[in-house]
Amino acid sequence: MTVTLEGAWALSPSVALRPERFGALAYHFGTRRLTFLKRPELVAVVRGLATADDVEAALEGAGVPAEHYPAYLAALDGLAATDMIQERAA
Amino acid sequence: MRLIDHFESGLDAPICLTWELTYACNLECAHCLSSSGRRDPRELTTEQCEAVIDELQRMQVFYVNIGGGEPTVRPDFWHLVEYAVAHDVGVKFSTNGIRLTPERAAWLASTDYVDVQISLDGATAEVNDRVRGAGSYDTAIAALRNLRDAGFKDAKVSVVCTRENIGQLDEFKAIADEYGATLRLTRLRPSGRGADVWDDLHPLPEQQKVLYDWLMASGERVLTGDSFFHLAAFGESLPGLNLCGAGRVVCLIDPIGDVYACPFAIYDNFLAGNLLADGGFARVWRESELFTELRAPQTGGACSGCAHYDGCRGGCMAAKFFTGLPLDGPDPECVQGYGEAALAEPRGIPAASRDHSRSAPTRNAPVLLTLSRRSDLKDLSSPAAPPVSACAESPLAGFVPQPERV
Repeated sequence: MTVTLEGAWALSPSVALRPERFGALAYHFGTRRLTFLKRPELVAVVRGLATADDVEAALEGAGVPAEHYPAYLAALDGLAATDMIQERAA
Repeated sequence: MRLIDHFESGLDAPICLTWELTYACNLECAHCLSSSGRRDPRELTTEQCEAVIDELQRMQVFYVNIGGGEPTVRPDFWHLVEYAVAHDVGVKFSTNGIRLTPERAAWLASTDYVDVQISLDGATAEVNDRVRGAGSYDTAIAALRNLRDAGFKDAKVSVVCTRENIGQLDEFKAIADEYGATLRLTRLRPSGRGADVWDDLHPLPEQQKVLYDWLMASGERVLTGDSFFHLAAFGESLPGLNLCGAGRVVCLIDPIGDVYACPFAIYDNFLAGNLLADGGFARVWRESELFTELRAPQTGGACSGCAHYDGCRGGCMAAKFFTGLPLDGPDPECVQGYGEAALAEPRGIPAASRDHSRSAPTRNAPVLLTLSRRSDLKDLSSPAAPPVSACAESPLAGFVPQPERV
């Protein structure tokens, strides 16, 4: 399943975020997988997913310029593949 | 700033924390990192342990690696595991399997967020029991079987790589597969009692290449606890952090609340403070002089001119310290050969400290001595050459008693 601008996603309920200077550590208690969110903007996007209408709104909300959307979608894809974020009903 | 630079300058809380709950152990492994055996009378109480967990929760330390000694011999062990999980601190615990009964395995299978790691240092009883003690192989395998039969998913089989078991890597993988477990390989450190046996047990240079190639081929299917970053100097880096995390992203809490820079450095020089005496774990982690020092920019020292320094970053601090090598020089197992040269120089090995070994070995204790013939005797079949030195010659040599004449 691919993350698209129109999709609705949220942080997985088993994942905790710990703020760090470089961004955040994301830890999945179920899979025991640790992931580094290497940019504060990405952390803002991930945190904003649950309340934004769709991914695009979350990117906008975090102030990500449109030309960077593809890179962020790729990063979100990676997080989706490891169950860090989950698709939700829009 | 690259991610690795953030790690080198230290995080506000450790990523990975090892907590040795007790120095008591039913085994007496020859290479025990923490020289365990006897319980320390100052061991943290249940309430004190709960307070530590509360603090870890506040710091968002997501999980702890609990070890010992043998942590499951603490009567409050299972309670503390439950307490940690209930407070958002996941638990992975290392055990030799002694308490993993079918009932306990069933309980573990029903609990989320608990990971179990069974120590096994030989894929056969012969190789394992030689260093871990008689019967320890059977105990570990029984524990793995109980976990599998109870439906516990993805236990870890944790192997310390030695000269004697490098040839068994495929067998270890087969054991892990048989029990639905993941194989985890770690490096033999000359720490604790490991200092006594390191010379005889650490992998030979050609075995390190075997290990490196095997790990590269296995990728992320085999875990390493990031312990082989010194092998990065062979070429490509292995998956993982590839830096010494001591006092920067990892540390160790010992059974009496002493905080050390890393699990392989239970020694005065690496003691940052005590969480009871120095105002809690967070304060020790953030303010101790030792950790501040470890987080300061380090120079490569003797290694700075080496083309591989960016890969291995000088290797393991504990391995250098306990073999008496300077901390800013090469790792004793440097794969470019600088370690052997350094080991050949005059050096002093640090005296044993913090020893909780039993005062007298028990019936099952491993004995690494092997009885053999003197190597300088050419003709091993000849009984004519007795193993005595010149000064041990009998004063009666050559004296042939004659029957007394009466």
